[in-house]
Amino acid sequence: MPVLKNREDLAHLRTSAKAKLKEKTISGATIFIGMGTCGIAAGASDVAEAVRTELAARNLDTEIVSVGCIGTCANEPLVDIQLPGKPRVTYAKVTPKMVPCIIDEHLVKEQIIKKWAFAQLTNGTGSAEDGLTTYDEHPFYRKQVRIALRNCGMIDPESIDEYIAVDGYRALAKIVNEMDNEDVIDEMKDSGLRGRGGAGFLTGVKWEFCMRARGYPKYVICNADEGDPGAFMDRSILEGDPHAVIEGMAIAAYAIGAPEGYIYCRAEYPLAIERLKKAIAQAHEYGLLGENILGSDFSFELKVKEGAGAFVCGEETALIASIEGKRGEPRPRPPYPAVSGLWGKPSNVNNVKSYAITPQIMLKGADWFSSIGTPRSTGTAVFALTGNIENTGLIEVPMGITLREIIYDVGGGIPKKKQFKAVQTGGPLGGCLPVDALDTPVDFDSLTEAGATMGSGGMIVVDQDTCMVEFARYFLTFASAESCGKCVPCRIGGQRLLEVLTRITNGEGTLEDLDEIEYISEYMSEGSLCALGQLTPGPVIASLRFFREEYEAHIKENFCSAGVCAGMFTYEIEAELCPGCGLCVKACTSDAITGEKKQPHVIDQSMCIQCGACYQVCKLGAILIKRKHEIVPLETA
Amino acid sequence: MATVNISVDGKKIQGETGQTVLQVAREAGIYIPVLCDHPALPPEGACRICLVEIEKQGTLQPACTFPATDGLVIHTNTERVRASRKFNLELLISDHPLDCMTCEATGDCLLQDLAYEYSVEGDRFEGTKHHYSINDPNPFIQVDRNKCILCRLCVRACREINGVEAISVFYRGFGAYIGFGADSHMADSPCEFCGSCVAVCPTGALWPKMSLGKGRPWEVERIQTTCPYCGVGCQIILEVKDNEIIKVDSAWEGPSNHGWTCVKGRFGWDFVHHPDRLTQPQVRRYLLEGSQPKPGPADRHPEVAGDPWEWVETDWDTALDITAQKFRQHRDESDPRSVGVLTSAKCTNEENYLMNKFTRQVIGTNSIDHCARL
Repeated sequence: MPVLKNREDLAHLRTSAKAKLKEKTISGATIFIGMGTCGIAAGASDVAEAVRTELAARNLDTEIVSVGCIGTCANEPLVDIQLPGKPRVTYAKVTPKMVPCIIDEHLVKEQIIKKWAFAQLTNGTGSAEDGLTTYDEHPFYRKQVRIALRNCGMIDPESIDEYIAVDGYRALAKIVNEMDNEDVIDEMKDSGLRGRGGAGFLTGVKWEFCMRARGYPKYVICNADEGDPGAFMDRSILEGDPHAVIEGMAIAAYAIGAPEGYIYCRAEYPLAIERLKKAIAQAHEYGLLGENILGSDFSFELKVKEGAGAFVCGEETALIASIEGKRGEPRPRPPYPAVSGLWGKPSNVNNVKSYAITPQIMLKGADWFSSIGTPRSTGTAVFALTGNIENTGLIEVPMGITLREIIYDVGGGIPKKKQFKAVQTGGPLGGCLPVDALDTPVDFDSLTEAGATMGSGGMIVVDQDTCMVEFARYFLTFASAESCGKCVPCRIGGQRLLEVLTRITNGEGTLEDLDEIEYISEYMSEGSLCALGQLTPGPVIASLRFFREEYEAHIKENFCSAGVCAGMFTYEIEAELCPGCGLCVKACTSDAITGEKKQPHVIDQSMCIQCGACYQVCKLGAILIKRKHEIVPLETA
Repeated sequence: MATVNISVDGKKIQGETGQTVLQVAREAGIYIPVLCDHPALPPEGACRICLVEIEKQGTLQPACTFPATDGLVIHTNTERVRASRKFNLELLISDHPLDCMTCEATGDCLLQDLAYEYSVEGDRFEGTKHHYSINDPNPFIQVDRNKCILCRLCVRACREINGVEAISVFYRGFGAYIGFGADSHMADSPCEFCGSCVAVCPTGALWPKMSLGKGRPWEVERIQTTCPYCGVGCQIILEVKDNEIIKVDSAWEGPSNHGWTCVKGRFGWDFVHHPDRLTQPQVRRYLLEGSQPKPGPADRHPEVAGDPWEWVETDWDTALDITAQKFRQHRDESDPRSVGVLTSAKCTNEENYLMNKFTRQVIGTNSIDHCARL
């Protein structure tokens, strides 16, 4: 590959790459397979194999492109068929068995199989086919604005040419030719971009601190140690569009004056690491990394450092310690990394999403970016939408959208006609919000005000079958296990808090325990060294605030209304609702249910082990979660 | 160094750029309690006891790490600060054995002092307590992890003072503990038993095995002295009870060692009161009596009184006279080169220099060597 010596070289390459990409869509058919980790986990490798076998059997040489995650993880594996001059049609939940049919009908006979098709993407390649929704109109995508995820699932993440064809590295070429470092920082500040790692500090201001700090060399660091349970925003970007992150980091390095950078990526993301390394090598070959980038004075080297699996290494000072080869533990700030970071030198740490957004801001301008979102939280927010929701997946929405819109419009609501109960934002250190808060706008300040946090982008929706005490206990178990053990409030406080919650879910809690929760939480937040310890009580405090009656029911009535905490509820059949279908009898693992056919059934409580099998199978909701008849009065209650 | 002016509890004090709030306060004689800080070691910010209220800072800040900058207004003893400290002490005590009656460190334990100062009760939090075995089979240091508060002073002392890094933290969260080498015993680790870790440990977690049960801190007289083991002249503090040494502590002001000692200085004091120790010069009976000719090996009868080879206690003058006489005899009557001299590391440089002069000029031989070369 030729080294790009200047902006014009890049422009030539872009023109030819664009032409090549267009040619692909006009002259030849292409099959795109979603090969992100989510796709592979859903079976995309087998599907890809089936596609190859089928093509070989039919002697077709159709090009297969492996793309990253397009976001609709609930529908993986995804296979797109692009016929020349036709829209790109996505097939959802593809199994190897469906492959021959898809190839036969769509690729060969050019007939879309509408019952399997998910959506179509027109993208200037022919007019939309009737009877199939376009991506723009699809409920999952309609309210989305994709900036950080713009290329995910669209281009081949392993091809730098495809990235360049979609205006990749154009922002870098622009800044090294037209802007000095202060211009770049001003642009960032004007854009109002707040750090997407969770704290929401103004990125431009952070860069400026680092730029003005004395010391050499300086470092730019990408925090890709995404560790929240149920979060996969950063992974999807690294797997689906690694060059965007590299370009964003190069821009930050130019602004700050850093000759070197590190991407700290957790080792549990092997595919992301592989693609990153490949992308860095490709950027090197084109001279987009290394010495004198695009013929300028600017030089920048980038390395990938694999994390060893500690959640706390997502905290910037712990991350830096880990890069240095030390035990991954935070240290008190100040001094902040912008003054004394990696090896004591000024360092700038940003999240994957912040860097992925950066090139777009440089290219389209701060005004464009700040026109999206709200005045104090500009741009878009990326969420990994998971839990009890129809459309699990990766979404990018403008800031200011309400939780209700995300959950019901984008997310498609709660499955199985169950009731929404809470939504947890901010990951294991965030907080849950109840149904009353559904109209809260999603931005940094509103979420914090409502009692949750923006966090890095995990959004977990739970329905009526979730016990909020157990839910809080789950996150607390995670956070306390991930405490590094350095400071006292987090090391021992987390353990003590977990013990209180465990007492309550075991039916041994007292009302004083609720005061104890508040006491421990207050001082853990006050005294802990880093955000991990300070925010560990977050989910507990939020759930206690919004679902106090559930805590009290556990304590006073020994009752878990969600039917989760063992021994704290019974299943009963509501005679009026039971048609006597017998499904529950078949499902019952302990022969506890009896009844005549077409007559209401009964559960023998002495036999029932509360496994929940009947509750799950009953289609009519005739099985109810009830208090145990014998309520043990608590002396303290 | 530029001067910085800060205000602590309404008192205007001065420090230098680069100092922490704790350092400046300490120099001004203002007390801020802390468990994980030691003036000889870099700060850690782990114990959260030195939290103070700094105006314009949202959260409480650890005085031990917060850089002193011009204009800081600091409150070290507000209700908020005290409540936070008390909480942290309650947590520490909730995972700590409450055996102060028999604990070696009683009276010399920062945790105990602070628990008293903040009226911390032992049963504030009920929950899991660690029960580590106390079985480190080394000859010098008792390791009781149950009493460890993970202040990491030992980790830093090992790294910063002795430069060995034998101690580190293993595992994380509530399961974190102090370990040695690759999580083995102290003796299997790179540990050199300098005992710096023992000197900085604020509780009874690390204690000299030789001092166990020997006495309480208030019973001892602390005497600063020079270590007798070599010529470096390390300062040490002998803890003496009833005229008997029971422990050696670090003398942090010692100009040549700044508190550091080697294994001998810290743990090699048991010779002082050892029954086998020679307290008077001894000479072979035949030398004392001047018997001629010199008795042979066949004349050796240890079981018989008056054995010519028997060691007999005498005074220094006699012993030195005999030694001088024998030196002279060998130099004059046979070849001076039949004499060889071996000097000791326990001698000072000056003493070794004199022995060198004596050997070469007085005796007339070059056969002089030093134990450090062996």
